[in-house]
Amino acid sequence: MEYVNPLTGFRVDGRRPNEMRQLKGEVGVVSRADGSALFEMGNTRVIAAVYGPREVQNRSQQVNSKEALVRCEYRMAEFSTGDRRRKPKGDRRSTEISLVIRQTMEASILTHLMPHSQIDIFVQVLQADGGTRSACINAATLALADAGIPMRDIVTSCSAGYLCSSPLLDLNYIEDSAGGPDVTVGILAKMDKVTLLQMDAKLPMDTFETVMELAIEGCKAIATYIREILLENTKQLEYRRG
Amino acid sequence: MKNQFRTDRLESKPKPRSSSTLLNPCSSSPPPPPPFCRRRRSALFTLPAAARLRAVDLANMLQSKSFVKKTKQGRVVKVVREHYLRDDIPCGAASCSSCDTAARRLGVDAAAILVVDTNVVLHQIDLLENPAIEDVVVLSVVLDEVKNKNLSVYNRIKTLCTNTARRFFVFTNEHHRDTYVKEMVGESPNDRNDRAIRVAARWYQSHLGESAKVMLITNDRDNKRKATEEGLNAETVESYVRSLAQPGLLDLVVVPSSGDVTMEDVEDLRPSKRKVIYSEHKPMSEITSGLRCGIFHQGKLRVNRYNPFEAYVGSESIGDEIIIRGRSNMNRAFDGDIVAVELLPQDQWNESKSFIADDDEDDNEEDVHLVPNSADDAPRNTNSTQSTVESSAASVSSRPVGRIVGIIKRNWNSYCGSLEPMPMPAGSGGVAHALFVSKDRRIPKIRIQTRQLGNLLNKRIVVAVDSWDVLSRYPSGHYVRTIGDIGDKETETEVVLIENDINTRPFSTQVLACLPPLPWSLSPDDLANPNRQDLRHVRVFSVDPPGCRDIDDALHCTPLPNGNFEVGVHIADVTNFVLPGTPLDEEASQRATSVYLVGQRIDMLPKPLTEDVCSLRADVERLAFSVIWEMTPDADIISSRYTKSVIKSCAAMSYVEAQARMDDSRLVDPLTVDLRNLNSLAKIMRNRRCERGALTLASAEVKFEIDSETHDPLDIGIYQIREANQMIEEFMLAANVSVAEKILKHYPLCSLLRRHPSPTKEMLEPLLRTASSVGLNLDVSSSKALADSLDNAKRDDPYFNKLIRILATRCMTQAVYFCSGDLSLSEYYHYGLASALYTHFTSPIRRYADVVVHRLLAAALDIAKLPPVFQDGPQLTGIADNLNYRHRNAQMASRASVELHTLIYFRTRPVDTEARIVKIKANGFIVFVPKFGIEGPIYLTAKGDKGADWVVDEVHQKVTKPGANISYAVLQSVMIHMEVVEPQPHRPKLQLTLL
Repeated sequence: MEYVNPLTGFRVDGRRPNEMRQLKGEVGVVSRADGSALFEMGNTRVIAAVYGPREVQNRSQQVNSKEALVRCEYRMAEFSTGDRRRKPKGDRRSTEISLVIRQTMEASILTHLMPHSQIDIFVQVLQADGGTRSACINAATLALADAGIPMRDIVTSCSAGYLCSSPLLDLNYIEDSAGGPDVTVGILAKMDKVTLLQMDAKLPMDTFETVMELAIEGCKAIATYIREILLENTKQLEYRRG
Repeated sequence: MKNQFRTDRLESKPKPRSSSTLLNPCSSSPPPPPPFCRRRRSALFTLPAAARLRAVDLANMLQSKSFVKKTKQGRVVKVVREHYLRDDIPCGAASCSSCDTAARRLGVDAAAILVVDTNVVLHQIDLLENPAIEDVVVLSVVLDEVKNKNLSVYNRIKTLCTNTARRFFVFTNEHHRDTYVKEMVGESPNDRNDRAIRVAARWYQSHLGESAKVMLITNDRDNKRKATEEGLNAETVESYVRSLAQPGLLDLVVVPSSGDVTMEDVEDLRPSKRKVIYSEHKPMSEITSGLRCGIFHQGKLRVNRYNPFEAYVGSESIGDEIIIRGRSNMNRAFDGDIVAVELLPQDQWNESKSFIADDDEDDNEEDVHLVPNSADDAPRNTNSTQSTVESSAASVSSRPVGRIVGIIKRNWNSYCGSLEPMPMPAGSGGVAHALFVSKDRRIPKIRIQTRQLGNLLNKRIVVAVDSWDVLSRYPSGHYVRTIGDIGDKETETEVVLIENDINTRPFSTQVLACLPPLPWSLSPDDLANPNRQDLRHVRVFSVDPPGCRDIDDALHCTPLPNGNFEVGVHIADVTNFVLPGTPLDEEASQRATSVYLVGQRIDMLPKPLTEDVCSLRADVERLAFSVIWEMTPDADIISSRYTKSVIKSCAAMSYVEAQARMDDSRLVDPLTVDLRNLNSLAKIMRNRRCERGALTLASAEVKFEIDSETHDPLDIGIYQIREANQMIEEFMLAANVSVAEKILKHYPLCSLLRRHPSPTKEMLEPLLRTASSVGLNLDVSSSKALADSLDNAKRDDPYFNKLIRILATRCMTQAVYFCSGDLSLSEYYHYGLASALYTHFTSPIRRYADVVVHRLLAAALDIAKLPPVFQDGPQLTGIADNLNYRHRNAQMASRASVELHTLIYFRTRPVDTEARIVKIKANGFIVFVPKFGIEGPIYLTAKGDKGADWVVDEVHQKVTKPGANISYAVLQSVMIHMEVVEPQPHRPKLQLTLL
């Protein structure tokens, strides 16, 4: 299949290879949570809620009492995909993504400032259309910031793939299921550090580098956007305070 | 636009906040929003080459397409896809100042910009390919529809749009903000697409304004009316072509069928034929349900090469081939179509003659053919399928017979042939109807309309098929182009090339740009390369056919102090020049092989590479890929190594020269000694191979002596095989086997190998029948057994053994390339060579398979990286399939070319000669002429007479005339007369008669 039209250079949904889907972010969507956010990348829509820092609920889970315990739970809503299949909680894929998100966020949270406490991150996929992993990380970043949890930097994530001999930014579901490589990158935008790098395929080293470069560019663009949302949110808060 | 968002001021209500963040209780009324507030935040990030971020607010530029789809499991799911609209899509017109200038394709002085609809592209592609049609806008909606309906037309329009010499432009109307249309309620997808085309045409008109005239070309009456109502210029294809005032072009226009606009009602010249001849095809829904419940069977139709009224459908559902007899049962299907078949009641399975008798107008004479080299050409099956009309007395037992009820996928193509001779119609200059006869006998005659009948009658022309309705005995088509005069050597050669789908176009500039700077010479870098060994001091030489310019192999043989020999096979290092992924590589991969015709060669690689840079010519330094063995005098391989190298060949000999050197006992120079050493090693290797069960097969390859000026054949004879040929062959085989083992060890899943499947019992059946009729017992249980019994098949007749070998060769399957990951190890076996593994490594100049293998070997040696193709299984399989297809076509083309030259040769030289009977028929037999490698029929009865006086004895393969005491048996020798006759003007054919 032609994922990039050879005559016009457009992808199936009308984007160019180096374009991202439409982004949308909103802070404070779950009032009970300490911090929450909704994040959309095209038709992929996820919601994140953060509780904490709060007292450790289960002491046996705590490894190091000098640092905060970060926990994460990823779930896909049963209605998030076209076919309504019952997805059992704690299946392999969800466990793996939960772990990935937890590790990525932990790298950014200043856990040593919050000893004897735990932070819970819940992410739920409302609608899945490729790149859920990245969208969840972006939503979690927004929610953590909303909860006022100290972080080294904003973590953002974006995926990129390689189809029809051209690197593609931010794969949607059709492109994702093409079976090509899917590189998911998470970075600390200002510090220019990679916190997440995943790929489950073979790719020659030099092409991999261009694909990864593209994903990093995407992450930076998302970081700019997230920063704007947060800035605006802060201004709102400031305005309300008078 | 740098990091700027457009503010959406229409939304004035601030976003509802959660109560915990409302820290200011005093503000009871909602405060005016701060200027930076946006309710909807959305951005599409573009990362252009400069990597500067650009953000566009696309609030109303995002559409979502949603539709329902049935999955493979039969579940129905709703699919929602994003659909982005943009404002940066160029229009491609040179007169436009607002769009991106880099995308300009349409002409400055264009009389009109043509917007074509889907059916115009689908049906009039031959017209669009004509250079008279320019400045065409192809909309993406049209492209998508064409792609879904007909992939081959899609590929042709794609080539047109990418060809920089043509002014065709693809406009992505579906993603343009102003031309995207949403399906309205109750509107069919077709109507919606038609509307999209009109909207795009109107946009072009308003976008370009006065500077250009935009014209919508459509044959759809409704669409044209609507367009005119909307104020667009709309024309039918025919009226547009008329306005160009080029009468020749009109022949290319496909006559619109009933639903479309007809400019003039085509008067029907055949009123008597206006009756239903074929039954209607079943609708698709009925076919699908019929296939599911097993009433119908799906398969690809293959028409018998020797009898166009008989065809087979290989059906998986019943695991056998279904025979289709007669045109009415074939129901308008063409060779290669995917069809749905219904089985006839079992009591009708036996009648075979009645259907063929219906069609009176076709003569069923068999053409004279050169010997087919393998079973691949002949129909696969036993007696019943091999039988022609004349011999249809053969028993047809339990093979299922069916009729075609529907066509699932058409395989319509364009065909080469000529018009059936006919008198000029009275009012010449007007439209004439003519019947086109394809050179390929499997294709029925095609009715065409032409305005240039006088010009076309004695020409070879190309015709494309358009439709075939139930009222018409023949399909209708249209003229595409003229090749040249019938019988002319150049014309007929071109026909051969077209029929076998061989690309003879000169290499494009992009391809030529990949060549190294010429004249090429060895650079110090090559010598400095640690992976390249300097073997210039070694006495390397090559042996090839005389006049060979593309020398891709050379040898050396050095005695070692310990009594062993160092034997090296050096192969041209083509992959040093043909780098993966370049246009040169793409082109070579497409062509897949060089094609050798009589007196002509169509190269796979551009000439400088083929004849100079890669060719291992004498006395020049060349790059090579070498396989070097240490061998004992008993030809046991002690060690083998592989390396890239630099060689300097000291002699490029022909087989005759090499043979003469070896035979001349007075010569004791080092080169001759090397040759003799190699020859003695080769003989041992050959014996060992035969002991393992390798088959020595025979084919009657002919050789022409060509006049250097007229290029006409002067003499014809059987190609002689010498010891020197066998010597070279032996070392090439050994190198190929060595390399196959090496690459498979490193890349068990993605190696390109060559296998030769064992022939099935049915395929060997004709051979066994012939052999048993002359009292010869062949053991075919294994290749070893067959080889032994072939060796023992000796009579006092010196030619007997060769003849049996030729017959055996024809029963073999074709060897094929494959990707090692697709099959299991036991299937890798090469039957003919009795080798567990085999590949092609030794001719990279003329075969792409060898190029692939070179890359694999280089990667296995860590000299080069493995190109990404090898990680893509389906793509690799695709390459292997293309190699097989091209390889077979190349073989067919060279055989057809030899056939053509034979005809030219015998035109002026009728000859009496000896021939051997190879097959017995009801009213005659097929003979084989050993001297010229020709095969053809001899009739014992006059045409029309169904051979009642002759009796066929199937068991003894004999035909006898009771009472007259004359009989002919298979393999018997007869004297025949060969002559070229012209029963119809300009249709020469070779006729064989018994003396």
